Amino acid sequence: MLVIIDYGVGNLFSLKSSFAAINVEAIVSSNKDVILNADRIILPGVGAFEDASRKLRESGLDVVLKECAKKGTPIMGICLGMQMLFDRSYENGCFEGLGLIKGEVRPIKDVIPKDFKIPQIGWNALDFKNESPIFKYIKGGDYVYFVHSFYATNCDESLIATTNYGAPLTAAVQSKNVYGCQFHPEKSGDVGLRILKAFCEV
Amino acid sequence: MITKRIIPCLDVKNGRVVKGVNFKNVNDVSSPVELAKYYSANGADELVFYDISASVEERSLFTDILCETAKSVFIPLTVGGGINTVADFDRVLKCGADKVSVNSGAIKNPNLVYEAAKLYGNQCVVISADVKRVDGVFRVFAKGGRENTGMEAIFWIKRCVDNGAGEVVLNSIDTDGVKKGFDLEMLDAVCNAVSVPVIASGGAGCIDDFKELFLKLPKVDAGLAASIFHFKEVEINKLKEELRACGISVRL
Repeated sequence: MLVIIDYGVGNLFSLKSSFAAINVEAIVSSNKDVILNADRIILPGVGAFEDASRKLRESGLDVVLKECAKKGTPIMGICLGMQMLFDRSYENGCFEGLGLIKGEVRPIKDVIPKDFKIPQIGWNALDFKNESPIFKYIKGGDYVYFVHSFYATNCDESLIATTNYGAPLTAAVQSKNVYGCQFHPEKSGDVGLRILKAFCEV
Repeated sequence: MITKRIIPCLDVKNGRVVKGVNFKNVNDVSSPVELAKYYSANGADELVFYDISASVEERSLFTDILCETAKSVFIPLTVGGGINTVADFDRVLKCGADKVSVNSGAIKNPNLVYEAAKLYGNQCVVISADVKRVDGVFRVFAKGGRENTGMEAIFWIKRCVDNGAGEVVLNSIDTDGVKKGFDLEMLDAVCNAVSVPVIASGGAGCIDDFKELFLKLPKVDAGLAASIFHFKEVEINKLKEELRACGISVRL
């Protein structure tokens, strides 16, 4: 069973619907046992890093997620959920992440040209940097939908795709069984659904 | 490279799309769900659902339709109309909206944008402004463009962005419905005042109007229209092909 983690952050309706559209049964849960027994896990998230990581910690789900990652359960973080997979974030301070993928999260304003708007909102192309099973059904140059003001950096070999927003920004990462998408696959039309389908087959 | 977005807007009343639609290959031409699926499959980058319900019953029908749409359409969905409180944000976000646009609600309650942005994030809050020139000054209008608030538009929009609005929809009452092109002067003024994405609305009549918009004002992020898409005067895929041929970055 695929479990979408509910820790009180963000709208899970579209995410759940997108799995239904590819005929994958998904449940939304915050139950530790359910999550520990999941075949696959989605870690969603919108809003601010500090608030989201605090909620995850307070619910004790941070420990559960680390355990799942260790025993090999495929995990995909989406948007802020992806940012939380890293060691730390510099969004309004410095806050510790899950540390499941090496790297840190920084403001995009540090690297993009001054006349580029923040947040990046809209469809942008994926430039593949490394092979990954989640790209099985899509090709480089395919468009996905982004909404973000922060990006992951220093991810080294876990970087699998970037997107060009005046500077190359981390779009997707993978470290063994842990995956992350800065964009929203559940809002990226057919391309997004194909990424989710591929994730369900890893 | 980030692409320019093309956004059809659907006005929904009593569970149906109003403003008459004329589609041959959509079975139920005024079903918001069917129309949303059609647009999603034919190049729309995002959809706006505008709720023009007049009663509580109609409003609950609207949210039912929103849920139904979000179950089968996987592109961003913005909802506007009748958003006056944070509870209204909650109501539509739970039904699958990604962004919520506020207009009169933000004029009535100056804290709404701030409160909603704090709760749901800036990316979720869209300020939609109906603006018209009065004695040469851009003024904000409320109640669907019927009432002059007396507020200077650029100041108002800038304040909403400072309070946390992550995107601006600028609807020029002066060009709306005229089909002679977008209001470039008004859009330029707004783009120069804010650093968040700006969506142009009001005045598109043909493909050339979108070309002019993006070529003359590269700072504009998206173009929104309703009837020209509904009546197939402009087909979105064809529009995007022509935009790409002029060197404008679009998702095809």
